[in-house]
Amino acid sequence: MLDDIKADIEHNVCGTYCPIPISELSNQIKQMQIGQIIELIADDPGVVEDVPAWCKATGQEFLGIYEEDGEFHAFVKKVKD
Amino acid sequence: MSHKPKALVLFSGGLDSQLAAVNISKVQGIEVKLIHFYTGFCITEHKRRLGIPNKDGKIPQNPALKAAANLELPIEIIDISEEYINVILNPKFGYGKNVNPCLDCRIFMLLKLKEIMEKENYDFIVTGEVLGQRPMSQTKSKLFIVEKETGLKGFIVRPLSAKLLPETIPEQKGIIKRELMWDISGRSRTKQINLAKIYNIDYEQPSGGCCYLTDEHFAVKFKEEMSFKKSLNWDDLSLMTVGRHLRLPNGTKMIISRNEGETKFLSGFKNRFDYAYVENKAIAILKDLSKEDIDYIASIMARYCGNKPTYVNISIDKNMIKKIAEPLEDDIINSFKVGVESHVR
Repeated sequence: MLDDIKADIEHNVCGTYCPIPISELSNQIKQMQIGQIIELIADDPGVVEDVPAWCKATGQEFLGIYEEDGEFHAFVKKVKD
Repeated sequence: MSHKPKALVLFSGGLDSQLAAVNISKVQGIEVKLIHFYTGFCITEHKRRLGIPNKDGKIPQNPALKAAANLELPIEIIDISEEYINVILNPKFGYGKNVNPCLDCRIFMLLKLKEIMEKENYDFIVTGEVLGQRPMSQTKSKLFIVEKETGLKGFIVRPLSAKLLPETIPEQKGIIKRELMWDISGRSRTKQINLAKIYNIDYEQPSGGCCYLTDEHFAVKFKEEMSFKKSLNWDDLSLMTVGRHLRLPNGTKMIISRNEGETKFLSGFKNRFDYAYVENKAIAILKDLSKEDIDYIASIMARYCGNKPTYVNISIDKNMIKKIAEPLEDDIINSFKVGVESHVR
């Protein structure tokens, strides 16, 4: 199902660890338009819990996450400023 | 034109900052944004970097993020690690028991919040400070120093101890009500734990132990390094959070990995330091390398990589040499250890 999602922005934060991926996600979202989707690529396995937690806290929409070759691809839709 | 009041909360994710956030947002109905500063010295975050799981086998989660999600309050995580070095190295108000510059840290973070407050039109700042809880930063006189140094007098609301402190500007303006805040003081956590039950707040136990700067082992390494270098950079500080630390007789600092996570972490420093390694065993970062220490380095690697004659690879100025070494005796190694026994200079 995540294969069908077309991200407007791809942001690779591999090599960084908690909480930098979330800080980067937040910075990117600030610059996006409502309705746009970001694909965050990270190799810190903690993003599996962090990204949905951040979305729950901030009210953005978490679309899902998958792992491929040790990298995690998380999809978030901006739904509010 | 009416302005809907809003507040920034200095947020660690611990019980006190959660209670402060809950009081202002849910009890008093004020819009809040939680701000969590990343200093680079959080033990939970560092455990995660090294791949160390919690007791339940799960990956440690950033406590602020976890708490914000539970409270469903917006959070911003801000990386201040680069600027924070200066706070650690040059604290105007000195250190606590270890190398924790708590008062300077508090002032630095509040100044950062003040910038956001002014830029984004927030009305006041909220903290989870409790009067008398921490001798270095939370006595009444220290709270006043913070207000003076930051120029935030009257703009910092401390809901947990508010009834014991002077009235703040948002109280004077009627934005928040004093009677809805609390009168907590001292080190006992009983009142906070009871409030956590009332407001259904999840929190970590024990509290207040997430900063490396309050760790005595870190402090020993910090002070030892300062006695050699006088000034430290981010790499120096980061390396203090990991590995076995030895100071060799001719001045070389050797930091050896103790497990796979530390090997992975230390390998990230290979491009900017000399290093030694034994294939599939361990790596040591070598700082301020003296070539007269090379035989020691090889023998120490042999000791920690099987305790038998071992081939050791040593990269010096990007040139690799290979040595076969006998393990060094533990008594000698112990005399080099930083923080365990006196080391040779």
